[in-house]
Parts: sequence; structure tokens; C-alpha cells
Amino acid sequence: MSETLVVAEHLRGALRDVTGELVTAAAQLGNPVVVAVIARDPSQLDARFEGVDEVVNVPVAQGEFENDVYQRVLEALLAERRPQAVLLGFTVNSMGYGPAVAAKLGLGFASDVHALAREGEAVIATRSFYGGKVDAEVEFPDGRPVLLLIRPTAFAPAATGGSPSVSSGSVEIPASRARHVDFREPAGGDVDITTADFLLSIGRGIGEQDAIPQFERLAEKLGAVLSVSRPLVDAGWMTNARQVGQSGKTVKPKVYLALGISGAVQHLAGMKTSGTIIAVNTDPEAAIFSVAHFGAVADLFDVADELEQLS
Amino acid sequence: VKIVVCVKQVAVLGDEVEFTDDARDVDPDFLDDALNEWDSYATEEALGIRERVGTEGDEVVVVSVGDAEVEKSMRRCLAMGADRAIRVDTSGFHDPITIARLLEPVVRGESPDLVLCGVQSSDAVQAATGTALAELLDLPRVAVVTRIEWDPGSGRATVDRELEGGLVDVTEVDTPALLTIQTGINKPRYATLRAIKQAEQKEIQTVPAGEAGQPVFRVRRMFAPPKGKGAELLGGSPAEIAGRIAEIVKERLR
Repeated sequence: MSETLVVAEHLRGALRDVTGELVTAAAQLGNPVVVAVIARDPSQLDARFEGVDEVVNVPVAQGEFENDVYQRVLEALLAERRPQAVLLGFTVNSMGYGPAVAAKLGLGFASDVHALAREGEAVIATRSFYGGKVDAEVEFPDGRPVLLLIRPTAFAPAATGGSPSVSSGSVEIPASRARHVDFREPAGGDVDITTADFLLSIGRGIGEQDAIPQFERLAEKLGAVLSVSRPLVDAGWMTNARQVGQSGKTVKPKVYLALGISGAVQHLAGMKTSGTIIAVNTDPEAAIFSVAHFGAVADLFDVADELEQLS
Repeated sequence: VKIVVCVKQVAVLGDEVEFTDDARDVDPDFLDDALNEWDSYATEEALGIRERVGTEGDEVVVVSVGDAEVEKSMRRCLAMGADRAIRVDTSGFHDPITIARLLEPVVRGESPDLVLCGVQSSDAVQAATGTALAELLDLPRVAVVTRIEWDPGSGRATVDRELEGGLVDVTEVDTPALLTIQTGINKPRYATLRAIKQAEQKEIQTVPAGEAGQPVFRVRRMFAPPKGKGAELLGGSPAEIAGRIAEIVKERLR
């Protein structure tokens, strides 16, 4: 029987949220849903979500993710179970092995998939192009399994408390050529943007490092905490502690005021559940407007100057 | 040492969008081109490594896939300091795994000590080409790298792999290896006017595209995503917009 195989993600002994989201995504395809848990002690990770038909525990020697290990196990599961679809998170871990498996085995492949459908026997995936400004439905070669990397936060997480059958598999793993050594926490900061009610968030649109003091002043006047999108951290203008997005912090303030942020997918994933999102951008097609509750197509400096005078 | 950097000229969509008649892509009139941002970091990293650990005779070789148009971005890498450039001659849209298949024989032919790719491209955001290429070359790999510590003689490198939330996974990888490079790993240098002029004169080697096999996906329909549900547009002068924003903030913070 054809099935949809989900590979659970975990970090430091806990399942990551994306795993439950993948179960919801898998349900869109109608086939039985199987979750593979690849870990030193898989039984410690509870992947029994509602909607899961089977959990396959694959014990391995490595405590943390290594791409050679995951690749080898996934290849073994593909050979043994012949799923119609494999769903992985569009995450840093999956980026390290998903495309390799697809290339090696000649699978249908797409990443950053945010909607899924089934038409007859065919899987249709929706993903974005051109900086999130357009969407596309993509189809896959006939008769091949598909391997899809699913955008985190695109699907609601499945509830826990299902009662799947549990099996276990055993896969011989060769020595990893890229080995986990240690974790290092991101550089700490003087500020916790995740607890603020009001974030004034600035992005590439501010143009120059010299502009930053103006927004620090504005944030103070407005009673907001200043946060930023990734390009300002990449440029070394602000610390990672103030960064909103997938590689920074996930925030949910009452008000998120975004000035000059175009809204890369990775940024949106970190702030789209904010209470009220207000976006100011000169580009009317900017992806940030797709999640904003209020939007203004305007020069951020003009608006910032007026805001400063008001407060 | 020899470092191969795989780069892509990306399409940048401006303020407006229209689609081609078959609705499978954006009308090219609405697209500009640029060197993929991630690839400028990858190029800088290769140049930086050469400066840190290199010796006489080291090479940084830039490889790309596309028609003659993409030489514009390749010349940017040459102007930054890359020694040579090779273009795999092809045209039209290709999925990332097809791109990896087209790159593979050229990169293999160079026998590099290190291969660097950007994590992803800004237009397609697949984050797949580098990892697929590593598989085809049978190279160890690490995706989303923000630091490289490498003594070429040692046969291994220690790299930072940047996970979600900024957590760093320190990883030891055997070399030769392929690493996909994340933005922020360095500060890409600006090319001098003179270097840009010199790069104009450099020859870019072209090689014909090999057999790439079946695409891994095909775009059936491209469309503008539905706009935010109930996003309200704030119009008027900057003062009026600021006034409305102040009202909304006040109301919502209550």
C-alpha cells in the first residue's frame, strides 16, 4: 500500500514543532501516514500524533543529527517501504540530506512547499518564487516517489495522543563524514525581544548603518522595543539577539510595526502570528503585505519622521 | 589549494508583476538580474580562505550554469578576485537538481579541495543545489555554514552550522568537502573600478551542458498569491499614515 513517510526532527532530546506540522501536511495526501524517528533512543520521543498510522523507530548511535546518518536511513526506508511521498521540514537539517537523496534516487523534489494537494494519483505542491512575491503549483514526474521539504509554520501542528502502531527498523550506518561536535548558543544580548508587547522592526529598507540611531530613538519614544530582520545582523549593525525570523527569534507581540522589511519567508515565519502587523514599504508587491493587517506603501523615513513628531 | 565556487545569476522581481502567456513563469520584462546574495558570501569566503591559508598557485574558480547573460554575475566574482570562470552553456529554467547534474562533471574535472555554494538562491529558494551536487560528487557536505576553520593539510575542517533560532552546531567534516554558505559569514568585498574593468577582459570558458535527465519538478501554473486576508491599506500623506499607525498602536496596546 502506498504511504506518506514523515521524518521526525528532534534536537537535544525533544521533538521539534515541525514534526507535528509535517503530519498535518501528510494528511493532505490521503495515504496512510508513517513517521520515522531516527534517534539514539527513539522511544523517548513521542511521535504518536493524531492521524499517524505507524511510527517506525530507527535506533542509531548518534545522539544528534548528522546528514550521512539521516540519508542512509531514509534511503533504506525508501527501498523497503516504497512510500509515494516523503515529507521533511524545510529546515537546516533537511537541507543537508533531502536534496542528496532526491538526486541520488531520481525522485520528484521540491522545497519550501507551503500547500499540498492530490489530484488522482498525482501530488501537486505549491511553493513560492521570486522572493515570495509569486506562488507556483508544481507537478512531478510520473511513477516516481516525491520528496518534499515543507515550509515550517505553513501547516498547523497535529494534536498529540494518536494511537499508531509502533515498529522498529535497523539500518547499518557507515561512519559519518560530517560529525556533530558540540552546540554553541547564539551570542546573548541585552534584550529579550520575545517578551515585548510592541516591536518596532526595521529591515534592509533603512539603507545605511547611520540610520539606526534614528530608529532606536523612535522606538524609545513609541515605547517599543527595536527588532530587525536578518540583513541588518549579517551586516554587523545589530546583534542576533534582536533578529526576528527562523534563524533569529520567533515573536508574537501585540503590535509588530515593520519598516522597510520586504518579508522573506524566513522572516515571516518568525512574526506572522503577531497580534497586529503594520507594514510600511515602498514596494506594493512586498511579501510582508501578505501577512500584514495594515499596510502603507510609503517611504519609511517619511513615516518615521512623522511618527517621531507625534510622540 | 583549489576552491570551486558555484554561483547563480538570480532574477529579481520589481514592483509589478505580469505572467507569461502560458502562466508558467513571470514575464521576463518584469525581472532584473543580480548575483545571488548567498553566492557573493561564498565567493568572499573562498577568497578569504585563499588569503588565510593559501600558497602560490592557489586558485578560486567560479562555475555557473546559464546563457551568456549570466556572465555578468560571473564577472562580478572575477572582479572580487576569483581567478577563473567556467560557464555551463544552457538556457531556460532548470530545477536545482538538474543544475547540480549540469555542474557535476565540470566541478569534478577541477578536482577541488573545497567546493562552496550559497545556501539558496533568492529567486527560487530551494536550498538544494549544493547538497545535491555534493551527493553527485560523493563529497562530504555541511549545509548552512557560518564559520570555516580549515587547515588544508589536515584532511578535515571544523565549521559552524547555523540552526534555527541561531543555535550553532559545531561540525567536523572530512575534506575535500562541499559547504553551503550562509549570509553574514563575512563581509563581501567591493570590487575596485579597476578590477571591474580587468574582469571585463577576462575570458570565461564555456562548456556545453551534459545530459541532465528528467526535471524533478515542472511548474504547472504561476500566480500572484492571495493578498493578506483583510489587510487594510493606509493611504494619504506620510503624516496621515503616521497618524493612523499611532491610533492603531494605541488601540491595540490597550
